[in-house]
Amino acid sequence: MNAIEVTHVTKIYRRYARRKQFATLKSALLTGSLIQDLQPDETFPALQGVSFTVAAGKTYGIIGRNGSGKSTALKLVAGITKPTSGTVNVRGRISALIELGAGFHPEISGRENVFINGIMLGLTKREVAQRFDEIVEFAEMENFIDAPVKTYSSGMYMRLGFAVAIHVDPDVLLVDEVLAVGDEGFTHKCLDKFGEFKRRGKTILLVTHALSLVERFCDEALWLDRGKVRGAGDPKRVVGAYLIDVERSEERELALAEARAQASSQGSEAGSHGLEVSGGIPTSGGAGDTEPAAEGGEAAAVQDMTQAVEGRWGSREIEIVGVTLRGADGEAAHIFQSGEPLSIHLAVRAHQPHDDFVFGVGLYSADGVTCYGTNTQLEDFKSDRISGDGEVVLQIESLDLVEGTYKLDVAVHKRDGYPFDYHRLLYTFRVKTRTREVGIYRPRHTWSFSPGVRLTKI
Amino acid sequence: MLNNLRQLPRYRGLIQSLVARELKARYRGSVLGFFWSFFNPLLLLLVYTFVFAYVMPPAQLSEIPNFALFLFCGLLPWTWFQASLIESSNILISGGNLIKKVMFPAEILPIVTVLANLVHFLFGLPILIAFLIYFDAPLQLSELVWFPVVVLVQLVLSVSLALILSALTVHFRDIKDILANVMTLWFFATPIVYYWKFAPVQIRRFLDLNPFTHLAISYQEILYFPGSFGHWKWLLALGAGSVALFLFAYFLFDRLRDSFAEEV
Repeated sequence: MNAIEVTHVTKIYRRYARRKQFATLKSALLTGSLIQDLQPDETFPALQGVSFTVAAGKTYGIIGRNGSGKSTALKLVAGITKPTSGTVNVRGRISALIELGAGFHPEISGRENVFINGIMLGLTKREVAQRFDEIVEFAEMENFIDAPVKTYSSGMYMRLGFAVAIHVDPDVLLVDEVLAVGDEGFTHKCLDKFGEFKRRGKTILLVTHALSLVERFCDEALWLDRGKVRGAGDPKRVVGAYLIDVERSEERELALAEARAQASSQGSEAGSHGLEVSGGIPTSGGAGDTEPAAEGGEAAAVQDMTQAVEGRWGSREIEIVGVTLRGADGEAAHIFQSGEPLSIHLAVRAHQPHDDFVFGVGLYSADGVTCYGTNTQLEDFKSDRISGDGEVVLQIESLDLVEGTYKLDVAVHKRDGYPFDYHRLLYTFRVKTRTREVGIYRPRHTWSFSPGVRLTKI
Repeated sequence: MLNNLRQLPRYRGLIQSLVARELKARYRGSVLGFFWSFFNPLLLLLVYTFVFAYVMPPAQLSEIPNFALFLFCGLLPWTWFQASLIESSNILISGGNLIKKVMFPAEILPIVTVLANLVHFLFGLPILIAFLIYFDAPLQLSELVWFPVVVLVQLVLSVSLALILSALTVHFRDIKDILANVMTLWFFATPIVYYWKFAPVQIRRFLDLNPFTHLAISYQEILYFPGSFGHWKWLLALGAGSVALFLFAYFLFDRLRDSFAEEV
């Protein structure tokens, strides 16, 4: 038997133009066209032909990006809004954890609010009284229940709201991203409560961005994308497909941002070109450090990293005409798995032959911490000659960084720091890991335990 | 519509506790608390008596003995009426959280507003009774039985208007601002501070179109004027009209219901 049946549901939100809203009463009265004025100016389809069924006793997860229609779907199931077309059928008592403590009155005590909230959610006064102690205990509010709700912290407010909603004892529980309401302990208690619901054969519909929760808890998952169903079925598979899609669009965004950064830096740099060449001191803050640090200019430049801004400068006698990052498969990319190889390819062009040049690469985390910086001079290469087009490759065998966004400096300069072409933070890439460690560096590692210490890999 | 209307009695418990909450919350934090329900009408009466009996007394003041009592008969129900309409015009917007986030029958909100103000009205009655005794008003039991009927008619009328106003204000926010002025005009277009019979004949015809005129006259005839309650035909007609208005109001509210969650 299905607890929730959503069939070909389309929900179109109407938008009313601002200006019209202010003039409406007058115009409505003058033209006598009340109903006509209630016609929308613009429509926005939040859901388009969405169908899904949830069998009784199952836990069903809905995932998707912001604005994909998840919450709209939940509101339709809750009966708060009506579908524009299609049907929604729900069997049994519903409790919706959509906005916790909606309807709490700030002036009156938590106790009175629990009663009113419970009655609002469909309990009788006696039923609330029976569950009252349990609710208060669950919310960990024993000491504050008689204080007015306006004195509560937001966490207390949410906990009490959650406790009431969950004690309504619904057949169908709708949950919208509400697990972030308390500390770790409370979150665990909520998850335990969900587990208990599941065991007792209640149906749960869960909307969340916490994908691990979907993988762990749900029997089935639905992936919504811009109001349409992109995938449904086994949660691991749906979550996997969703993650791949997110990665792809991140990739597109990074490529776009990079193109934009380069285009703008080239534009701004053209005007001050002459000055930089004659003075020999780059104008940008970060690069000013290159002059005193005659050797290892790259290393000196990174000291002022927190104030660094992206940009490009230099005399361009030797030019870096292109930078590509390639992963294990040799394809240009912006997202790499931690521990996989990464190669940085610099396409260089010398407009005249030179014998004094250093290639350098710097790697920074998103908050400006230098992760690694090196150049050919530091690594004891003596420059002999460059002319015409060429390629310089820095091959990193294993990208041992934790998950995050990283930025890249690439440069070619003289041994004394005189910049030929300096690309400051113009390239962005992202490192992904399957785990959530913290820090910067992710050393290759394994755990091992003596026989007395028993752990099981999940 | 009829289906939803039939559901309404099921929410008795909810309406009850919401009205109780309104009353509790209103005076929370004030020193005198519930006593304000008594003092407010009394103070209002003082102001109006001062203005209309001493500052600018009407020409026929001498023909309205115990002017304060006369005033109070109309003023107390009017306060209930006015507060109900003004508060309910904004109730769906201020209660938007409930409509948007909880499966909640929206019509409960304006109904609760009217009922909470009814309770305030009832709290004002002891003062009215004290006045009646003090001025030795000519009360008759045969008239007094009409009093609950008048209250009931006013209740139906208020709920109907509250439903319409609350639903329309969601779409036309200007109503909220206009309403305060309309209510002032309405007050003076109702024979509360003056006696209906003393109004010029042409104007009296317009006064008859004002539903609250008949409520005010009914209150005055029952409580203030001696003689039998002669306005009962008007009152019953108004009652029938109010029931019809209620059906229309509920129909309108029901039609607009689905737009509330998106608009508030």
